Formats: sequence, C-alpha cells, structure tokens
Amino acid sequence: MSTGCFACRHSEKPIRARMRVLVKRAGSDRLHAPLRRSANQSLRRGARKREHMNFGFSEEQELLRAEVRKFLDQNAALEEVRRIVETPEGFDRNLWNRAAELGWVGLTMPEENGGMGLGLVTLLVVLEETGRSLFPSPLISTVLAAKAIERLGSTDQRARWLPGLADGSKIATFALLEESDNLAPEGISLAAKRDGDVTLLSGRKLYVPDAGSADLFVVAFRSGSGPEDVSLAVLEKGASGTTASDFPAMDLTKRLGKLELAGARVADDAILGEPGTAWPSIRWLIDLGAALVTAEAVGAAEGALELTRDFAKERTQFDSPIGRFQGVKHPLAEMYVDIESYKSLTYYAFWALDEDEPDASLAVSRAKVYASESFPEAGILGVQLHGAVGFTWEYDIQLYLKRAKWLRPMFGDADYHYHRIAAVGGL
Amino acid sequence: MDFQLTPEEEAFRDDVRAFLDENLPAEEDREPLFMLEWTRKVREQRWVGFSWPREVGGGGGSIMQQVILKEEMAKRNAPQLGSCFMGLAWVGPSIIQYGSEEQKKKYIPEILDGAYQWCTGYSEPDSGSDLASLKCKCVREGDEYVINGQKTWTSIAMWSKMIILLVRTETEVEHKHDGITCLLVAMDDPGVEVRPIRNMAGGAIFAEVFFTDVRVPLENRLGEEGQGWQVTLSALANERSSISEVYGLRSKMEELKELARRTVRAGCPAIENPSIRRRIQRADIRVEAMRLNGLRFITKQLKGQPLGSETSINKLHRASLEIEIGELAMEIAGSASTLTRGADEAPDGGSWAQVALSWPDVVIGGGTPNIQRNIIAERILGLPKD
Ligand SMILES: Cc1cc2nc3c(=O)[nH]c(=O)nc-3n(C[C@H](O)[C@H](O)[C@H](O)COP(=O)(O)OP(=O)(O)OC[C@H]3O[C@@H](n4cnc5c(N)ncnc54)[C@H](O)[C@@H]3O)c2cc1C
Ligand SMILES: Cc1cc2nc3c(=O)[nH]c(=O)nc-3n(C[C@H](O)[C@H](O)[C@H](O)COP(=O)(O)OP(=O)(O)OC[C@H]3O[C@@H](n4cnc5c(N)ncnc54)[C@H](O)[C@@H]3O)c2cc1C
Repeated sequence: MSTGCFACRHSEKPIRARMRVLVKRAGSDRLHAPLRRSANQSLRRGARKREHMNFGFSEEQELLRAEVRKFLDQNAALEEVRRIVETPEGFDRNLWNRAAELGWVGLTMPEENGGMGLGLVTLLVVLEETGRSLFPSPLISTVLAAKAIERLGSTDQRARWLPGLADGSKIATFALLEESDNLAPEGISLAAKRDGDVTLLSGRKLYVPDAGSADLFVVAFRSGSGPEDVSLAVLEKGASGTTASDFPAMDLTKRLGKLELAGARVADDAILGEPGTAWPSIRWLIDLGAALVTAEAVGAAEGALELTRDFAKERTQFDSPIGRFQGVKHPLAEMYVDIESYKSLTYYAFWALDEDEPDASLAVSRAKVYASESFPEAGILGVQLHGAVGFTWEYDIQLYLKRAKWLRPMFGDADYHYHRIAAVGGL
Repeated sequence: MDFQLTPEEEAFRDDVRAFLDENLPAEEDREPLFMLEWTRKVREQRWVGFSWPREVGGGGGSIMQQVILKEEMAKRNAPQLGSCFMGLAWVGPSIIQYGSEEQKKKYIPEILDGAYQWCTGYSEPDSGSDLASLKCKCVREGDEYVINGQKTWTSIAMWSKMIILLVRTETEVEHKHDGITCLLVAMDDPGVEVRPIRNMAGGAIFAEVFFTDVRVPLENRLGEEGQGWQVTLSALANERSSISEVYGLRSKMEELKELARRTVRAGCPAIENPSIRRRIQRADIRVEAMRLNGLRFITKQLKGQPLGSETSINKLHRASLEIEIGELAMEIAGSASTLTRGADEAPDGGSWAQVALSWPDVVIGGGTPNIQRNIIAERILGLPKD
C-alpha cells in the first residue's frame, strides 16, 4: 500500500474529519442497527463484513498510523523533543493542540461528549507511533482520566468534563499511588472527612503522571474502613488546598509528580459513582494504564532497535561495519524477537480490552511482564552496542534507555503482573 | 482486528467437533485397536494431507480451516493425522510442487496412507549449517544417476523405505547453491548402507547413510537437474506457521505444572516455590506469545503476503523453551531428577530425564539458533552478512 503517497496528498488533513466520513459511510448502509454503534464497530473491528480472522489493522488504521508518523517526523523529531523537554511544562502546547485537532486525544471518548467513540485498538496505532518518537505529551494521562470519568461518571459529569478533554483544552491525569507505592486497594489511604455537604481530602498522591500540567485530577481516596472501600473524585487544578508539581526525574520525556491535598474540598457532584464502590473500576483503569504504556513501549523499543541497527551498519571497527560481528548482530536479533513477541501480546490485550473478553486482564499482565523485563534490557543493550558514544548526552540512544526505565514500574512492574496473572486464573 | 470466525468457518469447526465427538473416545478409553480405525476414518475424512490439493488426494483445506482443525484436535489430545511424518511435512509438498505426474501418482497416495516411512538425506559430515556446501557425488551415466558419498544425522533412516536426497551433480559452479540436485531413492537399492548412531539419550534414531555406486533411474529426479536447492527451500518454507508446535508446547507445560504440583520440595509443593513458579510463568508467557505471533503470521498469509524470515522468531522461542522445560523438570524433581527408566523413584517413569536429553532434536535438527539469529539479523534487520 502506498501510504507514503496518500499521506503526501492529505498531509495534516484532520484524521477526525476523515474518520467521520468513514464512520458515516460505514453507517449509511446499515439502517436497522443504531447507526452510530454499528458504524463504530465496523471501524473498530476492521470490517464486520470481513472474510477472515484478522490479527492486524484495518486500512483506515494503517492510514492513521502513516499520518501520525508523518506528523511526528515533521514536527517532533528527536532534536525537537530534546528542546521541548527542557521547557517548564515538558511538552509543547501548540503541538498538543494540533494533535487534539487531528483527533488523537478524543479518539476513544464518547461521541456525545466530543470524542470519536473509536476503540482502543485504533488508539494503539497512535501510541505505537508516539512511543517510537518519544513524543512528550500528556496523551496517556488524559485518555486514562477520561476513561475513569466515562466509566464511572454520570451523564452530567461526562458532559461537564469530557468535551474539554477531547478537544485538548484541558489536561487530566489519574492520581492513584501514594507513599506505599502499592497498587492494591490497601495502598489507597488518602483520608476523607465529611464537612457539611462536602468531602475534605488530605494527604499526598505520588508518582502522578503529568501532575505539573494537569487541569483535572481523578483522585483515588479512602471512603471507609472496608478493604475495598475506595472512591474516585475529580479535583480541579488550583482548587483551595491543592498543590501539584513535577519531580525531577530520569526520563525527561515523561513527567511524574505529586499532588498535595490539605483539606481540598470535593462537592458531591465531583465524586464519580457511588462512594465506596470504585475499586473494580480502578482495577480496570490499572489494566488500561498498563496496556497504554506498553503500547508506547512497543514503538519505543522499535525506535531503539532501529537506531542501534543503523549505528551498527555505519560504525566501522576492525575494517568492518560492527553489524557484521555476531557479538553485535545476534543480540540485535534477540531484541527483535522480544519486541515482536510482546507486540503480539500487546495487540491481543488491546483487542481483549475493547471486546471486554474474560481474559483481558490476563492478556494485559502478560504483555506488561514481557515489556517490563525486555524493554529495559533493550535500552541497556542499545547503549552498550553504541560503545562510548552511547554514554554521551548527545547521542539519542540514552533517551530510549531512560524511557525503558520509566516504563518498568508504570502501572505495575513485572513482579506485580506475575502476581496478577496468578490472581486472575493463570499460574 | 477480529478473532471471530466467519459463519462458514464456524460451520467447519462444528463439523470437526461433531466428527470428534463421534469418533474420538477420551484418552483413557482408547482401545488397542482404536488407532487402526482412527487412521482409516481420518483418511476418509481427508484430514491427512488436509492442506494439499484435492486432486492429489489431499483435503484442500484453507489456511483457517487448517488452524481450526489443529486447534480442535489439540484440545482433545487427538492422535497425529497420518503416520508418515517427513512425507507429510516436506517430501509430499515438494513432490506436489516439483514432481512429475508419475511421481505424484506413485508417491502421494502412499504418503497419505502411511504405507512406509521417508527419511531426509540433506546433512553430511562436512555440511551442516552450511548445507549448500554438500559434496555427495552424483554423475549421469546414460539413463541413470550413479551416487557415491555419505549422508549423516539421517533420522529414522533404518526404518525408512525411501529417502529424499540432495546430491551434487556439478562441481564447477560459481555459486555453491548451484549444481545441487534432488533425488528420490529407495533405501533397499544395492549400495545403500545404513549405520545407526547412538545419541546421548541412549537411543539410536538417526544414522549415517553410505552410498556406493548406487544406480538410480533419471525419472527419480525431483525437479530439474541443478534445481535441488530451490526444491529444498520451498519444501522447508512449506513448514506452515508453527501453530501446532504451540499446542505441543502447551501440553508439555501442563504436564510440567502437574509435576510441580505433586512434587514436594522442602515440605511444600514445588509449584509454590517462588523461583520455580516464576520460571514456569515466564515460559507460559512465551508460549502464548508464540501462539499470537503465529496468528499474526497467518493473518499475513490470509492477506496474500508470503511468509518470510519472521518464522525464525518462533523457532528461536521454541528452541529456548524445549531446553527450559527439561531444565525446569530437573529443578523441580531435585535428587530424583536424573533417575531413568527402571528406577521406582524416577518421576513419571524417567520420562523427564528423557526430555532433558532430547532437546537437540528440535534445537539442532531444524537449523541451529545461531543460524536463525543470522537469518533475522541479515534478512530482516538488513545487517551485513558474515
Ligand atoms: C566512561 C568511559 C571512559 C573512558 N575513558 C577512556 C580513557 O580515559 N582513555 C581512553 O583512551 N579511552 C577511554 N574510553 C574509551 C573506551 O576505551 C572505548 O570506548 C572502548 O574501547 C570502545 O570503543 P568505542 O567506544 O569506539 O566502541 P566501538 O569499538 O565502536 O564498539 C561499538 C560496539 O561494537 C562492539 N564491537 C566492536 N568490535 C567488535 C567485534 N570485533 N566483535 C564484536 N563486537 C564488537 C563493541 O563491543 C561495542 O558494543 C572511555 C570510555 C568510556 C565509556
Ligand atoms: C536429532 C537430529 C536429527 C537430525 N535429523 C536430520 C535428518 O533427518 N536429515 C538431515 O539431513 N539432517 C538431520 N540433522 C542434522 C541437522 O540438520 C544439522 O545437525 C544442523 O543443520 C547443524 O549442522 P551440524 O550438526 O553440522 O553443526 P555445524 O554446522 O557444524 O554447527 C556447529 C555449531 O556451530 C554453529 N555455527 C555454524 N555456523 C555458524 C555461523 N555461520 N554463525 C554462527 N554459528 C554457527 C552452529 O550454530 C552450531 O552451534 C539432524 C540433527 C539432529 C541433532
């Protein structure tokens, strides 16, 4: 498929507009089913009128990938990424707005709230490319927080917050972890106190992605003494008693921070769902978060492999490109085997999440285990195979090594997910 | 992305299930004579050679139907389809692609019926990974070929009636891949001598095969003279995506877990030992990755794109897993792990000790891991050849 040509002719034409056309077209010949839903399904699944099992992407999804990649190549090459991450916010507002304009942010949000109502598998395509480019942006944080609001929020709550997230004018994040660094329900101990008709929250949320730039925080807090008696609330930036800031951290392309709450006021209409019942949804959000960061890790690891492969073809020692020596080429081949393998696990996990398959959690944990173990190894290998220049600030391979280290604990490290596998019915 | 079957595929799956319900008893109820009847019935069903064209007696099954059939069979631990392993795996496909009408008529039905075994004469003492350097000499004399040379590591040579043989018909070639010819030779021809080789597991399953003035009619050539390398490559490419290997590995993993559950180490079941458990989980994840890799390869085939070197991915996984499963069993079984058949204390009658000594069959037999790594690095990553 000559996506290159297509991308040339249609450069930067918003995906949203094109997808909408496709959505409409797909819908028009299905008069019986509710239009929107059947149209989305046909896009999401590649084609309802398909002929075969298809463990791949639809033509529209491949086009989307080509356009995302083109946009990033043109606007966020690694040189530009290096400039962006030195700015106070760590991402570029202008690029963010254009990405939102192109439909990346609202891709999976409901259509009635300004999103495109597409499936996670379509988002996967975008994330592989943002990962490959190490594109610094609060995309994953915003999508995840939006999914929390979509899943647990009332119609009013969705209408209140989601449109601003879908169009990129507001940034959101999910504030889950605390000092305990524990993804189990007992890890959530942020205290809530009732005061008249509001709830006051006090405590600290740590390792909050994009804390410094978020306008909305979906905050997990303890609403009772039962082990799973936890709730989610939406807090707005700058509300009294809230302070948010980013930590200095290794991977400059991903911000991590903290949210400090000192009697922050939460009105009842900012609590998502029935108080004390949020745990199953939080569980699901952890799975989703793990899937989203792993999708980016697939693209990022491919980026690291490509960079090292190209270096090995160029760099000459002992009168030969070092890529001819098996001490270099064999580890690169192993890296390829691993990336392809957790790519397959990740693709399946996204499909399983989209379809609410019973093995979705298991699938996510398998993918995250493999990526958490393998991507950091690839980062180290990449640096090592570069020789001394790999150790310099100037060469880009170190950026991937740092991304791999960021990935490892995000939404559960390998150890956590091995335990999850056991908990959800695997060994 | 869509993993659901089409209505036609579902109908096929239901047919397969119905057949198995009717004709395949549970494992413990399979009587001694069961295999005879099973063999006849699956042959009638055209499940032996299911992927081959119907004209030659195959089943004409589509790629998806093959996957469905294998999956349904694996779920019930059904016995293999057909008994002529190498004939079904690559000799048959090579004959179908390159053979004359007479060759197809003569050999294909016998392969499907499992009338006898075929063996494979590719490797030589000085030509292993570098197969194309092979030297087994063959000259044309009138309407016959005369073969002089040696093959080795020839699996089941001593029980085979026929051999698919690679010989060198031309020595003055620019490129070593030229001048190789493929012949179909009867093992009881005068001048063919088989000397079994005992392997480290104690058995003798492969052999050296010597050829001294063996005369073979020209019509026993498969493909053109000098075309032997292409014949071999396409035969090996015929090894379909590794889905059935995945089922094999899965059932081995289940047996391994069973062993870990009932073996008590330091007062508790081995499966509760954190390090053993972790290794089992890791292997499980890799088997699942192989399954999904395989589905991606199949998707590619379904879209009409040929499979390339990516099948080396699963070959590397499989090689590591075959070794790891044996090692894990040893680790689980502790002091009893090295006991062999005959010792009451040997777990599972010593079969794990056998597993731990049998991995070379898969790891070395089908092209070594280093060769797979070279293939990936050179053909997929585009690194310079060494
Ligand atoms: C922290 C640090 C401090 C240093 N300090 C000093 C110093 O004080 N003085 C000084 O003189 N030098 C110093 N060096 C340089 C160091 O000795 C070289 O980096 C080292 O010899 C490797 O050379 P290279 O960086 O050119 O990598 P290359 O030789 O280009 O190697 C790149 C990669 O290819 C691999 N490779 C190369 N050839 C082969 C082969 N034949 N087979 C398989 N793999 C191969 C290497 O293992 C490496 O992974 C320092 C390096 C570092 C990182
Ligand atoms: C159980 C079993 C059954 C077999 N059955 C058959 C059969 O039925 N018919 C048949 O024809 N053959 C058969 N073989 C032979 C098999 O195909 C060869 O053993 C295999 O191709 C390797 O060749 P070799 O043993 O000569 O090892 P070599 O090629 O000598 O290799 C020795 C070691 O060197 C490594 N090596 C070689 N070249 C390179 C390189 N370029 N780069 C890096 N490393 C390299 C290899 O990976 C290996 O580890 C069988 C082998 C086994 C073990």
